[in-house]
Amino acid sequence: MSADLRDLYQEIILEHSRKPKNTGMLEYATGEAQGNNPLCGDKVTVYVKLDGDRIADARFDARGCAISVASASMMTEILKGLTVSEAVSAFDRFQSQLTSKETPALAEDDELAALMGVRDFPTRIKCATLPWHTFRAALAGSDENQVTTE
Amino acid sequence: MTANGTYPIDRIRRDFPILSESVRGKPLVYLDNGASAQKPRAVIEQISKTYETEYANVHRGVHYMSQMATDAMEASRVTAQKFLNAADEKEIIFVRGATEGINLVASSWGRANLTAGDEIILSVLEHHSNIVPWQMIAEQAGAVIKVVPIDDSGTFLLDEYEKLLSPKTKMVAVTHVSNALGTVVPVADVIRLAHAQGALVLLDGCQSVPHIPVDVQALDVDFYVFSGHKLYGPSGIGVLYGKEALLDAMPPYQGGGEMINRVTFEKTTYAELPFKFEAGTPHIAGIIALGTAIDYLNGIGFDAIAAHEHDLLAYATERLAGMNTINIIGTAAEKAAILSFNIHDVHPHDVGTILDNDGIAVRTGHHCAQPVMDRFDVAATVRASFGMYNTRDEIDALVDGINRVQEMFA
Repeated sequence: MSADLRDLYQEIILEHSRKPKNTGMLEYATGEAQGNNPLCGDKVTVYVKLDGDRIADARFDARGCAISVASASMMTEILKGLTVSEAVSAFDRFQSQLTSKETPALAEDDELAALMGVRDFPTRIKCATLPWHTFRAALAGSDENQVTTE
Repeated sequence: MTANGTYPIDRIRRDFPILSESVRGKPLVYLDNGASAQKPRAVIEQISKTYETEYANVHRGVHYMSQMATDAMEASRVTAQKFLNAADEKEIIFVRGATEGINLVASSWGRANLTAGDEIILSVLEHHSNIVPWQMIAEQAGAVIKVVPIDDSGTFLLDEYEKLLSPKTKMVAVTHVSNALGTVVPVADVIRLAHAQGALVLLDGCQSVPHIPVDVQALDVDFYVFSGHKLYGPSGIGVLYGKEALLDAMPPYQGGGEMINRVTFEKTTYAELPFKFEAGTPHIAGIIALGTAIDYLNGIGFDAIAAHEHDLLAYATERLAGMNTINIIGTAAEKAAILSFNIHDVHPHDVGTILDNDGIAVRTGHHCAQPVMDRFDVAATVRASFGMYNTRDEIDALVDGINRVQEMFA
């Protein structure tokens, strides 16, 4: 196995995909959205519950690959407790880190650093970003609660 | 390497330059022929030869090069006619691919013939390109689409099809071989039963022509479409076969040059077949090279190719069926060259990425056949599809790759 492939499927990614955190529907969610990747048929639903300006809880349901499930699992872990504007910044940062090679990769101790291996697999970047786009739509409310990566 | 000892596999592999390429330091194992097949050197060289020695626009110029290109293009039409055993070369319409062929029939024949309440029969096995054009015309005409179901093995249910047929049925459009599962549809029965109700039949031959000899007259099929790029020819070129009387009665699909007889602002008259349906300058070099691809296949012989691929499919099915974490999707009694499967608890995209790391190209996803995925309640599958140049060694490489996927996700 090449080093690249080990970078993509790091143990932490495999662990999150085997036993994802924060799965299942969130009762009394203040926002939810469905994301889908028409190229591969993957689907993810993200639920958020706001307490004032703060994300009290975030959960997801996904039918997807290891990368998208791990990304959703790690995302929901990070989001809990952030304010809305902190969460939006986290989304922007993650998005630019994955889609622009000019942006330096995250520091090794960053909670999302394990997903940086995706940068070397252009066909898989959308797998990692789909849950985040869906989260962004869930925050935006009912007007934009359907997103696709196309 | 193959059960058929006389099959010239080594020569065939040498004829396809890309097969000696390496991917990520490993020999390319190309098992994505259902998406697009690789090209033999003869086809690649023909494209250069056309542009280097016999290229100009066709059917127009009085000059030498135009005549050369026209002759070569029309020779290709005769090659395609013989390939399908069509009665007349006029019945061969060059299109961009099967998608355009189906859109042409749905739009041209559909606008002239479909009225409210008419029925079109499709099957669950269809590629999106044999669903969406019919939905578009059905919506315009007020026609209704009925869908033939499949069973758990992916077999086309002839009994259920028969129940859907009625005097309201005007068109039956089904695939000859399923691109997602490999199921061979009993097209002779489909056509006989449709004709008994006065309905026409269009067959999507994309996945059949590379593997099965097709005789449109023996089938008595009304329309048949295929894409050149799946037949070891160039992309962007394909064939629509239609019975002459039907094509004659249909209005043009696109307007433009080449498809006219005389144009004035008061009235335009259209060209004869096949040119009525070939508006604009065609993919001249592609048409000529498609003829070369057919010649190449005829040189090997379809019986030999079919026997070789049958052996590959049987061998691959046996090897994968022996792995207890593999679920083969599509186990119809009659299949051609396609093996769709899933590995328990591993998503097809992860499988595809890990196999790619070993130089193995497979298709992962819904294969533009979402109704099939829904029928089996999966989002996607891994699909290995075999071509004339694949070997048992390559299937062994696939099995080794699957073992590595399982180790990683264990």
